[in-house]
Amino acid sequence: MSGDPTLERIAQGEGLALCAAGNWTARFAPALERIVSDAEKLRGSRPHIFIDVSQVASLDTFGAWLIERLRRSLSDASAEAEIAGLSANYSSLVDEVRRVGPAPKAASEPLLISVMFEQIGRTVAGIGGTIIGLVDMLGAVLAAAAKVLVHPRSFRFTSTVHHLEQVCLRAVPIVVLITFLIGCIISQQGIFHFRRFGADIFVVDMLGVLVLREIGVLLVAIMVAGRSGSAYTAELGSMKMREEIDALRTMGFDPIEVLILPRMLALVLALPILAFLGAMAALYGGGLVAWLYGGVDPEAFLLRLRDAISIDHFIVGMVKAPVMAAVIGIVACVEGLAVQGSAESLGQHTTASVVKGIFFVIVMDGVFAIFFASIGM
Amino acid sequence: MAERDIDAIIRVRDVTVQFGNTRVLDGLDLDVKRGEILGFVGPSGAGKSVLTRTIIGLVPKVSGRIEVFGVDLDAASSSQRRAVERRWGILFQQGALFSSLTVRQNIQFPAREYLRVSQRLLDEIMVAKLVMVGLKPEVADRYPSELSGGMIKRVALARALALDPELVFLDEPTSGLDPIGAGDFDELVRTLQRTLGLTVFMVTHDLDSLYTACDRIAVLGNGKIIAAGSIADMKASQHPWLQQYFNGKRARAVVA
Repeated sequence: MSGDPTLERIAQGEGLALCAAGNWTARFAPALERIVSDAEKLRGSRPHIFIDVSQVASLDTFGAWLIERLRRSLSDASAEAEIAGLSANYSSLVDEVRRVGPAPKAASEPLLISVMFEQIGRTVAGIGGTIIGLVDMLGAVLAAAAKVLVHPRSFRFTSTVHHLEQVCLRAVPIVVLITFLIGCIISQQGIFHFRRFGADIFVVDMLGVLVLREIGVLLVAIMVAGRSGSAYTAELGSMKMREEIDALRTMGFDPIEVLILPRMLALVLALPILAFLGAMAALYGGGLVAWLYGGVDPEAFLLRLRDAISIDHFIVGMVKAPVMAAVIGIVACVEGLAVQGSAESLGQHTTASVVKGIFFVIVMDGVFAIFFASIGM
Repeated sequence: MAERDIDAIIRVRDVTVQFGNTRVLDGLDLDVKRGEILGFVGPSGAGKSVLTRTIIGLVPKVSGRIEVFGVDLDAASSSQRRAVERRWGILFQQGALFSSLTVRQNIQFPAREYLRVSQRLLDEIMVAKLVMVGLKPEVADRYPSELSGGMIKRVALARALALDPELVFLDEPTSGLDPIGAGDFDELVRTLQRTLGLTVFMVTHDLDSLYTACDRIAVLGNGKIIAAGSIADMKASQHPWLQQYFNGKRARAVVA
């Protein structure tokens, strides 16, 4: 193309003229950069060098800066290189880039290995902070709940119902579907292995204990942490980013009472309901497979279930549910309020919310197992 | 054809935009000429930002035709479209800086994607843009959440100018700035327009901007352009909204 930028070298007696021509614009920036860095090597080769830009067809910041850079690198203590033939249109642009100083150095990247150690150190040191944060939030939520008990009119009923719909009603299909499938799988695997000992019917014992005591509530809690805990964190986090939480505070509302208490309450109510529905779906799925695949007819299944499972198993499962909900809710809210200004931070805290939520749910499950074992339930 | 291109850098013909049952723009015509600063005013909710977003292609239109740099954007192939996009820069109302990138990375982002040049040149051009928009090079490694409102606007303008566009859209560039900051910004737009030969399409509410920065003013009302011309034309107009806008109490304060 005829518009390609060029820089011709013309000797003029003692001096040297560099004649720029063509389009010195962003489109040709890679070529321009090459031309200019070649020409920069001419420094000191002649006593007098000047840059003639009268033939330049068009000039923008890229071109103007590169010409200015060339001028600076050709100048030395003895002689200042000059720019000649500048048209009136472009002189203000060149004046503008003349004010540009050196670029500040980007913060240098530290060594990978030291970054790794630093990260490990920070994570370990952060554990204490995490626990303090959770206890702090638990206290704040309980204080807000106590305040609401004294002044029931300040309770956000509409908001609670809205969140209950989001985390409970809308979660029912997926929770029921997944627990149903898990029930089917447990039952199929049980029958497959127990059959070798002729102990097919014991699959009912295993299914009942596993589903009512452990899997039902644990699985549902993990699903809720992934589904609703992340949503809470993202909601609160983006409200924090857009200063909505600060706005609430300045209007004299307590964000804990307005935003977090309804969410916590909704979750604490929702998880037992979902856990119950999940357990029923899993038992149904298990029974169906036992009938179709294992030949245990429904009547025998129910009879065996009544004998094998005491109400204690069911109670153990249900008692765990609201506690797990509280743990998920508190983790999600702490993470949500910890979000800083950037989209990246929102992503990190949402991830942390789900990971920590699931971790604490499993830890709680372990604590409960020890507790119930020692009281003989 | 060539002559037409020189005349109007943006050509909007009979454009209609509708959201549900509300018709926001109704058969609107508008020309923006090369090298001018067009101030675009109108009551709140009249659809100023909608028109801007329609021209850029973010809002679909029901009917009509929009040409930018003589290219009909509906008929253009994706490579033609990209070529047009490289020639314009956009300053969004809230800045729309990438929150997880530093100022340096924000400004370098378009150039890094489109041009194969060295990091050194990218850094130098970044500093040049910061100086042009009146910021110190020291802000280069801050994140957008660490900047003030005025600085965000300036950095966003620097990013809009990153590829040295010929056409810049500014959506309420001075909203949220103090009067001195807003005045500086108008001055800045004027200077950049002179030095870089920009064409500027500026949506604004700011009377000061209209007086000091704009060459021509277009007024939007009822989904159409109700008037276009100089400040003097606007003040002479008999349209009730224009009368109120340009001869009201605040307007008199500006003139005085």
